[in-house]
Amino acid sequence: MSEKFDVIVVGAGPAGTSCAYTAAKNGLKVLLIERGEYPGAKNVMGGILYRKQLEEIIPEFWKEAPIERPVVEQRFWFLDKESMITTSYKGLEWAKEPYNNFTVLRAKFDKWFANKAVEQGALLINETVATECIVEDGKVVGVRTDRPDGEVYADVVVLADGVNSLLAKQLGFHKEWKPNEVALTVMEVLKLPSKTINERFNVKDGQGVSVEIFGDATHGILGTGFLYTNKDSVNIGVGTTLSGMMKKKLKPYELLEHVKQHPMIQPYIEGSETQEYLAHLIPEGGFNSVPKLVGNGVIVTGDAAQFVNAIHREGSNMAMSSGKIAAETIVKAKETGDFSERTLDSYRTEIYDSFIGKDLKKYKDAAHTFEENPQYFQEYVPLMNQAMNTFFTVDGTPKWEKQKKIIAKMTAGRGKIGLAKDMYKAWKAVK
Amino acid sequence: MAKTLEDKQYLIRFNCDQKSHLEVKDHQICATQCPDKDCTIFCPAEVYKWEGDRMFVGFEGCHECGSCRIGCPHENIKWEYPKGGHGIVFRLA
Repeated sequence: MSEKFDVIVVGAGPAGTSCAYTAAKNGLKVLLIERGEYPGAKNVMGGILYRKQLEEIIPEFWKEAPIERPVVEQRFWFLDKESMITTSYKGLEWAKEPYNNFTVLRAKFDKWFANKAVEQGALLINETVATECIVEDGKVVGVRTDRPDGEVYADVVVLADGVNSLLAKQLGFHKEWKPNEVALTVMEVLKLPSKTINERFNVKDGQGVSVEIFGDATHGILGTGFLYTNKDSVNIGVGTTLSGMMKKKLKPYELLEHVKQHPMIQPYIEGSETQEYLAHLIPEGGFNSVPKLVGNGVIVTGDAAQFVNAIHREGSNMAMSSGKIAAETIVKAKETGDFSERTLDSYRTEIYDSFIGKDLKKYKDAAHTFEENPQYFQEYVPLMNQAMNTFFTVDGTPKWEKQKKIIAKMTAGRGKIGLAKDMYKAWKAVK
Repeated sequence: MAKTLEDKQYLIRFNCDQKSHLEVKDHQICATQCPDKDCTIFCPAEVYKWEGDRMFVGFEGCHECGSCRIGCPHENIKWEYPKGGHGIVFRLA
């Protein structure tokens, strides 16, 4: 197997496959290495795939890709123990081409996507772990795999090996992640007839809903729950920073049961049947956790590079764009035959000039602010619920008095100035 | 609906290797320096079980999420990927 390629891509997820597809399409000789039995076998996602970034790689992909439902409504639920405040946007323009985003099941989707890269000429090898990068004279020249005689060589190795990028760590591109740089997320796929889904979520066939759930879903700690509609199943899950999970001594599967059995959520999934249970880490360190992205003969993409916007639940789209930019960088480098860090560094500058770098920068303090100030999820969500309850319960109390009561309650904990400070801090973190 | 972790794990396909891809580097550290044993709590598949004097590692049910490697306060877990094609096989999401 000691053949030489132009590019070796480690990992056939969204980042790796986008890179392999683009590189192969541009005539490069590409090896795509996947450790799972098939692409997708190791990959987990809540389920939202954005259209824009994949469309830039495969125009009108939705006509053939295994998507579940285009999302026409995004709901946000702020949960207390027995109540919730909800807000949503529903737009039927999202039900038509070119759509905004889709729910997908990753095992099916990734398999399809990797096959598209194969159609472009990439060589896909499954069931193979890349155990280390082969480094010669300070330059990555290939990877060692767990196959017999499994050394393969290339001008450039692209690391798309996910949140647990042992290869990037081995190269010293980053230290081990800290528990507050990753979110531990668990989810279940629940089978439900599509007719039931349509009725419960108030949609028609070919229309989907995404629900992001805050507050009591995570017992007030930093994190969210989610509920996404597939064709004839729903994905329900919950995730918090690993540090939050550890601090509160939470068992993730018990937290998931808490979400499933919450009186505001349970009616939506009643009578469903669990098809699969999945756990995964999401890299949520943000801007400040992005590792070294480029070395001599090597580029880091996707989750391995911490390209996730947790506030907007974007990740797979950033992965795809980063994979595409990596491939384009290599195609350009191929013209001069120079694959040094200095040449490949245009990948880094392009990433930072793109929506990836800009969005990561915008929210660089968000996770930290919300982790260090648990009052947002722990105190304000219940307070908002209580305020609504006070205001809308007709009990003969004049509305002015109710208003006074609500303001007194809102400011009881931290005072008016404290409340104003908290609001300013939250705004500053996401502005 | 799968309520208990056992119910949940039962639904997953695993192609187990003979050899564990997870290893407690020094069992003494778990026994003497780690009163909280967080891994036994946060592991989403309850791979780690404290048996009174020793940490049992049920690698067969591992989701390969990486939490134990990152969360172990003593960096006491050697964590590798299972051999190619082995370990968990997600069929859906």
